[in-house]
Amino acid sequence: MRKLEEKIFKGLMIGASAIIISILLYILYIIIRKGIPSLTLDMITKVPSGGYYLGKEGGILNAIVGSLLLITGAVLISISISLPVALYINFILHKNSRFSNIVRLSFDILYGIPSIVYGAFGFMLMVFLGLQASLLGGIIAVSFLIIPIMVRSIDEVAAYIPRDLIEAPQSLGATRYETLKVIVRQLMPGITTAVLLAVGRGIGDAATVLFTAGYTDSIPVSPGQPAATLPLAIFFQLGSPLEEVQNRAYAAALILTAIILLLSFSARYFSAKLSKSKI
Amino acid sequence: MLKIRLLKDKIARRYMLGITVFCLLLLFIIGAGLLAKSIPVLQEKTLWELIGTSSWKPFKGEFGFLTFILSTIYVTAIAILIALPLSLLASIYLSEYASDRIKRFFSPVIDLLAGIPPVIYGVWGTLTIVPLIADKIAPLFVDFSTGYSMLAGGLVLAIMIVPIIISVLTEIFNAIPKDIREASWSLGATKWETVKKVVLRRSLPGIIAATVLAVSRAFGETMAVLMVCGNFTDLPKSIFDACYPLPALIANNYGEMMSLPSYESALMFSALLLFVIIVLFNAGSRLILDQINLKYHL
Repeated sequence: MRKLEEKIFKGLMIGASAIIISILLYILYIIIRKGIPSLTLDMITKVPSGGYYLGKEGGILNAIVGSLLLITGAVLISISISLPVALYINFILHKNSRFSNIVRLSFDILYGIPSIVYGAFGFMLMVFLGLQASLLGGIIAVSFLIIPIMVRSIDEVAAYIPRDLIEAPQSLGATRYETLKVIVRQLMPGITTAVLLAVGRGIGDAATVLFTAGYTDSIPVSPGQPAATLPLAIFFQLGSPLEEVQNRAYAAALILTAIILLLSFSARYFSAKLSKSKI
Repeated sequence: MLKIRLLKDKIARRYMLGITVFCLLLLFIIGAGLLAKSIPVLQEKTLWELIGTSSWKPFKGEFGFLTFILSTIYVTAIAILIALPLSLLASIYLSEYASDRIKRFFSPVIDLLAGIPPVIYGVWGTLTIVPLIADKIAPLFVDFSTGYSMLAGGLVLAIMIVPIIISVLTEIFNAIPKDIREASWSLGATKWETVKKVVLRRSLPGIIAATVLAVSRAFGETMAVLMVCGNFTDLPKSIFDACYPLPALIANNYGEMMSLPSYESALMFSALLLFVIIVLFNAGSRLILDQINLKYHL
């Protein structure tokens, strides 16, 4: 009886794990099968002609470039905010001080806030500042979304930095700021992982850019112009009645998925490197 | 020379403190901003009129959020009902039974499921889940369903929250000391009995925290749900009917709302509602998880 129960539950567990793996494979299979036939050279080298919703010709270069510009801007802004925060709560303050823990909790909460709320807030901010839906607006909204991700993941690796590494430069007469330069060098693989994670989350999120970045057929040449993005290229073009336009959505979905896969595996590579260099 | 170095040090520390405090305030700034925008509609209507009625006619000034609130709750409930048992079984397997090789194989699977963007889940859902419901599942129960339904939303959401629950659960299971399990085994308990009576009982607060975290994630999920739920403003009568969760409402109406101040205010109110619920849920589950960490790591 007891043996039977053990067997049944072990079977259920293996079943559940197998279901989860097969769902992932099924998702990848569907996205690849739908995307491959539409993924031509024109698709990735041309902007849509005759409108992204009704024009049958052209590709999704506007969305590819838009997404890359947007995420580059957002990463630059958020690294210059999240790195100081993570360093401050770990190395300037004691890492388990009360203030550090309050900051951690608030970033955990910020991390949980849905992207649609960041999108709405970002839009509100833009109206307040008199900005139009633009590349800059999208960059600001996506920065809100990815700052908590970066802080959390840099904070996680910062815990592994040994106390000695902080004390050695200081005993040689370095100021705390100079000590931080040593620490940042040591944290580099962790920071890289954080950036990769943040890029993955930021480049795929549609709800934040929906009202803030706008959408356009052309490639933005200044931060004040609206920018097309891959997730919205998928969302908008999938809704079109024309098959040619829908195919652009499938191609965009495949490209986005490929980017996510690449980022995820590189993040893995860097964090493996990090655990090797753990002292 | 020393003076310059000290000055640099001081500036750097001030800058870091400033940014940290700003980020702490961000939570309040977002909350206050959303509240300020929702005040017009809150002055016009009582809270009950907003969340307790289901008449949604923005251009006549009627803003009853009940349909959207119920849709959000139903879709989330379906997702949790599916995802929780699945993730619980899988994480017990991963932490108690699986060999290191299987664990190593599984961890990128969880990463990828967590990393796939919502819009991709939406595409997948419309290509597979929606037709599956319309052609195979719904005909068994009701006369007609387009497939764009509460059930579709729940299924897609379930898959999206599985990685969150699994990663929290495996962490909790791993935090439980090995001795406790060994004590149970040495008394003759089987592995499953140990899991049932020792591991699961011990980690109950953690399981609750993981569930709350997953609920708050499901509440706020927008794009995937928007793409498969059908977005119909009538109260859904069965799980095969279209529904219209709050985040989808915000996303869909953002463009047109600008024409009407009270409409904008009403939508901002719904964003505020989401924000408050999610902040509370997140804070609660994080505090529970921190307690667990303290208990086992220190």
